[in-house]
Amino acid sequence: MLATLSDALLLLGCFDHRLLEIVGLSLRVSLTALLIGALLGLPLGAWLAVAGFRGRGALIVALNALMGLPSVVVGVLVYLALSRSGPFGSQGLLFSPAAMIVAQSVLVVPLIAAVTRQIVEDAWREYAPEFSVIGIGRPQAVMLLLADCRFSLSVAMLAGLGRAMSEVGAVMIVGGNIDGYTRVMTTAIALETSKGDLALSIALGIVLMAIIFGLNVAAHYVRCWATRRYG
Amino acid sequence: MFPLRIAGLRFAPEARPILDGLDLELSGEGISVILGPNGTGKTLLLRLLAGLLPADGGAIDWGGAAQPDGRLAMVFQQPMLLRMTVFTNVEFALRPQAMTAAERRRRTTEVLERVGLAHRARDCARLLSGGERQRLALARAWAMRPRLLLLDEPTASLDPSATEAVERIIREVRTEGAKVLMTTHNLGQATRLADDIIFLADGRVQEHAPASRFFARPQSPAARAFMQGELPWRIAFDR
Repeated sequence: MLATLSDALLLLGCFDHRLLEIVGLSLRVSLTALLIGALLGLPLGAWLAVAGFRGRGALIVALNALMGLPSVVVGVLVYLALSRSGPFGSQGLLFSPAAMIVAQSVLVVPLIAAVTRQIVEDAWREYAPEFSVIGIGRPQAVMLLLADCRFSLSVAMLAGLGRAMSEVGAVMIVGGNIDGYTRVMTTAIALETSKGDLALSIALGIVLMAIIFGLNVAAHYVRCWATRRYG
Repeated sequence: MFPLRIAGLRFAPEARPILDGLDLELSGEGISVILGPNGTGKTLLLRLLAGLLPADGGAIDWGGAAQPDGRLAMVFQQPMLLRMTVFTNVEFALRPQAMTAAERRRRTTEVLERVGLAHRARDCARLLSGGERQRLALARAWAMRPRLLLLDEPTASLDPSATEAVERIIREVRTEGAKVLMTTHNLGQATRLADDIIFLADGRVQEHAPASRFFARPQSPAARAFMQGELPWRIAFDR
């Protein structure tokens, strides 16, 4: 056990090429999925927070339910959509990093939208009378509330990144876990553990934990700073 | 927009009337102060005028129109300030108006100077003191060049010097031609600011009189009791 841990630390210490490649692809895929999730999820959640229309409640319930969407189900759905006989089969995206980005985006958008909806709706309750008297329309209100809640919304972003980075089922199905091409940290950990190469699994696990922990620490300090700076 | 005529205004959530047949007519000049015991609907009246709540009955006539012409602003007792700079907290309120970005910046700078907050324009609004927050909220309303300014207890929980600063701004807004309709529990403030007093009790206007006459000799029994410091709940209880 100690020998395995020692090997894992050695891999980290000597910046193993294979390990860095896997970490780099993981970050690239997950951060792109997060960006797409933010571009779609933030406005969607904020719009749901301030909008009033028939069926809004049902949509919120559906969005909240989608937060818990099993990643393997997403993997299968994206697989069907991107497979040769699927509606997007002609794009040739299956078993590529792009397919993994699509799958992770599908997982991340509802999560970011649902958390954003809750945060912005709380702010909207406070601001609605002032905005109404001033004559701020709903599209403008969405923009102002997103800007006002920007530090609280970092929680939504972190949750989205955590979901994307720790996900294994969907990227395994649509990416295929191809060595040097679509192998990311989670799929590599799963594969190397089954092969008995625990050193690489542990090294990747340490990196994964360090990234998630580091991001949370950074977000915590950003929020503390923002509270002091902006109240 | 003026004269503003309110006839038979009723607001009765769950069939419990708070305002019950309120009649009032307001001219377009001066500062009108609404006085009355707690729970008589002073703030509610302002919110109904601002269109934040629908009335259950009655009519509001805005100088012959069914709606105000848009030049209405309101300052709340606890104004909400965005987590942005003092400058942005004024400037964003001008965005719905037909103004260029340069005009908005100019107007914002002008009102911040007039309320004495120009030096704090780049500071975060949420870090201002209570008095500065209220001045900022007034600046935001003032920047909109309102024809009617509604103020809901604008100096509640402020110290005397902050109160004096707010009162000075209210007088300046009036001087610029805006009609001010405000609520307060501070009789000293009402004496200093009011041109006329609207005394509310039991869901209606019990008395609407020039301030000097009201304070010298209130006509209605409820206003007399209020001015003599009798507890409003006791008036209600005795009835």
